[in-house]
Amino acid sequence: MIIVFFVLAFVAVGCAISMLITRNAIYSALFLVLNFATVAILYLILGAPFIALSQITVYAGSVIVLFLFVVMLLGAERLPGGEPLRWQRFIAMALGLVLAVNLGLAITQQAGDLGMLAAPEKGFGAPVEVGRVLFSQYVLPVQIVAFILLVAVVGAVVLSRSEEISHRRELYRKPEAKE
Amino acid sequence: MLTDYLPLVVIIVFSVILAFLVVALGHLFGPKRPSEKKSMPYESGMVPYGPGQRRMTVRYYLIAVLFILFDIEVVFFLPWAVAFRDLGLPGFLLMVAFVVVLEVAHLYAWKKGALEWE
Repeated sequence: MIIVFFVLAFVAVGCAISMLITRNAIYSALFLVLNFATVAILYLILGAPFIALSQITVYAGSVIVLFLFVVMLLGAERLPGGEPLRWQRFIAMALGLVLAVNLGLAITQQAGDLGMLAAPEKGFGAPVEVGRVLFSQYVLPVQIVAFILLVAVVGAVVLSRSEEISHRRELYRKPEAKE
Repeated sequence: MLTDYLPLVVIIVFSVILAFLVVALGHLFGPKRPSEKKSMPYESGMVPYGPGQRRMTVRYYLIAVLFILFDIEVVFFLPWAVAFRDLGLPGFLLMVAFVVVLEVAHLYAWKKGALEWE
């Protein structure tokens, strides 16, 4: 089990780093798919099969499709190199160091010796359990999720409304024709 | 605990092997008569034109966003459906409320013409 964890952790971190340093945004998105998949297996190890498979279907499936659409929409497959902000790299390094120290302290000092965690009981995190808890204990959050999704639909429709787009296309007809 | 998922691993491994096997068999035993037409980039049988990487219309984005949002709705259906008997009438009514809110979203997108391609 611990070997599986370390292999998955290695793959996940490797994918995350590759995703960041790849110049081609499509490859970044594909590295992200692999990262999501490995994280899903980590969820399985933690005894959360429902979350793991939701991760696969929602994140590795549809969210990545959305990312790919955005990349292709912008034509941003190959971004030119260079830094948008001058001190970005140094600030990022300093903040990353602060985060690393913070996490290290949290793990070594505050958490103490956890020892081996007990395995969750059989059926824990199964869809039945999730459903039972979601629709009894967490009724309000579930309803709020419905409203958040409603707001997201409205936002998506408003931002990419077709008459608006055809209007904008007329405004920018000249640069489009150049393509 | 992970051994519970052994069938899943078997399916994944088997499907990967099968995919390679099918391609390899076709490669080994299929006739190979390449021509200039056949080696062109495939574009649904049409003669390809323009660059391979083109910018796409924003309509695809809208479809993708709507797909994800209703996909998340379905994610909530699954645990509700398997726990349906335990939840009883309150669970049913809660799900009706959930669906009604999302149906408002659906109707809004529909009336705004977001589901039409033109």
